[in-house]
Amino acid sequence: MASVKLNNIKKRFGDVDVLHGIDLDIKDGEFVVLIGESGCGKSTLLRLLSGLEDITEGDLYIDEERVNGRSPAKRGIAMVFQSYALYPHMNVFKNMAFGLKISGKDKHFVNNKVMEAAKKLKIDQLLERLPRELSGGQRQRVAIGRAIVRDPKVFLFDEPLSNLDASLRVQTRVELGKLHQELKATVVYVTHDQVEAMTLGDKIVVMNKGRVEQVGAPLDLYHHPKTQFVAGFIGSPKMNFLKAKISQSDPENTQLVLESGRVIQASIDSSSLKQGDIVQLGMRPEHMTLECEHNTVEGRVTLIEHLGELSYLYVDIGQEGEMVLKVDGDNQHQTGDQITFGIQPNRLYAFDHQSNALTRVNAHTSAAIPL
Amino acid sequence: MKLFSRLMPSSGMRQVPKSVTVHAVLLAYTVIALFPIIVVVINAFKERRAIFRDPLGLPDSDSFTLVGFQQVLLRSDFGLYSWNSLVVTILAVGLVLLLGAMAAWALTEYKFKGNLLITFLFAMGIMIPIRLGTVSILSLMVSLDLVNTLTALVLVYIAQGLPLAVYILSEFVRTIPKELTEAARCDSVSEYKIFFCVILPLLKPAMATVAVFTMIPIWNDLWFPLILAPGEETRTITLGVQQFVGQYVTDWNSVLSALTLAIVPVLILYTIFSRQLIRGLTSGAVK
Repeated sequence: MASVKLNNIKKRFGDVDVLHGIDLDIKDGEFVVLIGESGCGKSTLLRLLSGLEDITEGDLYIDEERVNGRSPAKRGIAMVFQSYALYPHMNVFKNMAFGLKISGKDKHFVNNKVMEAAKKLKIDQLLERLPRELSGGQRQRVAIGRAIVRDPKVFLFDEPLSNLDASLRVQTRVELGKLHQELKATVVYVTHDQVEAMTLGDKIVVMNKGRVEQVGAPLDLYHHPKTQFVAGFIGSPKMNFLKAKISQSDPENTQLVLESGRVIQASIDSSSLKQGDIVQLGMRPEHMTLECEHNTVEGRVTLIEHLGELSYLYVDIGQEGEMVLKVDGDNQHQTGDQITFGIQPNRLYAFDHQSNALTRVNAHTSAAIPL
Repeated sequence: MKLFSRLMPSSGMRQVPKSVTVHAVLLAYTVIALFPIIVVVINAFKERRAIFRDPLGLPDSDSFTLVGFQQVLLRSDFGLYSWNSLVVTILAVGLVLLLGAMAAWALTEYKFKGNLLITFLFAMGIMIPIRLGTVSILSLMVSLDLVNTLTALVLVYIAQGLPLAVYILSEFVRTIPKELTEAARCDSVSEYKIFFCVILPLLKPAMATVAVFTMIPIWNDLWFPLILAPGEETRTITLGVQQFVGQYVTDWNSVLSALTLAIVPVLILYTIFSRQLIRGLTSGAVK
């Protein structure tokens, strides 16, 4: 296992800049998730790490050694692809043993390695089967097994769960988490699914347009997003954003006015801004409640999504648009109902015109809904 | 009624006329394609007079004879000719497949200087018939001292078969997911091993297609054996048959028997390839 260090990594395809200087430190044994919208460069970054793509500029260190220009084989990495990329003409055993056999390892050693990995992944019954005779989940395990047997310094996963159906995805996600705890391996994992990122990652790297937007522990990103992009990206449903004008800037209690003239109190340090500046106010759907009497807003329910233990209410609040609320599943409201809801001042987020977060004062950091 | 409904599965009435038409066309083509071969085969077993009296009739107890086969097998070096043809065909097809697959892989997988030029040259090779270059090929073979050797034939046939082989195989290489080679590279497999252990097995159906397309023109060729290797020792089967075709008298029994015998080896090779061939043709069509 090993640490990975990225130093101002850039990638250009012809005239197109894909990555604009990525700096990242990955500690030994850490599970790092790269997340971002499609086209943000996360998969490219993974391919640069693997050596399948050349680094245009910058330095990449694996285990303190500069590995720019080294072939994938010599970097000590193993990659698991979204499409599994199993060799279709080889059975499961051969698929897993292929790399070891090619590198001239002794037959006994190869057998032991493969059996050990197969047992760990519970695919030891399938060793004689061809990939086309396996289900998606089983193929995924074989692909992971093929990575494990090589004892790589770093595991690279490229959206490994995207091709699985929903229930299998959850199950495999849990198994991946357990596997990581067992192997204590350094993992770089690319996904666009924020649930995967939150549940699996020790550290999440949010990427946007070829840049790192924020790096941090899952809850760190959830509670303290540094930019509006991160705030909108982490959390489901998405954070609600409303345009607001500062009517009274203050280091602790900022007063804002919404477009409709509603006044909002927020525990936010706005001393860097002046009165009349426009900010984006952020509210998480789970932080707005029907019971709260602070910062109340009225609106009409336009749609209800029942998820069982909770429901999403889509509320039309007039000229500001629509907001989403996460409420208890037993909630009796119907489409068309007029409702009033509110949010605690210390639950609010605000972002300036450059989309940077304003400092929150006495920020509430428990995710539970205060009922 | 029951039979009628079975002829028309759930998809409805329009299916039936369509499939009748398709089958009629295919049947007609099959008859046209097989007719000359059947005429050759049935006449090979008939007496000379019977051949001319009733060319389409089946041999009966009066007209049946094996004299042609006796003539061919006992009076000529038929074994040698077949052997020559077989050696030339197998060597040429084998090398076309190997070199074709390698070239196809290299041209599609690697970006290098001259890639486009080489692809273009292979495309030219498909468009320009190799026979146009017969004179220069002959003078080249003379200066290489390869006239009257099987090597000359093998070399020319490789040149003849390679362009189309590269073209067809390139199309197939493109359908192999890139992740497979990338996974192999991550598995620390060398580029040679990637080609031989990963790519080549996946190209099998395509290679069967190419094998058939390459094999038949080589086996049937009369032109190059006549020009490059007409010597007694290096005659191929098609050239060997010519000795029964005289200026004044043609020994039809022997000619037809020799041709009948010449069909057998290709038929065997074709049977070997055909199962893969059908898979290759269809998988190419769908993708």
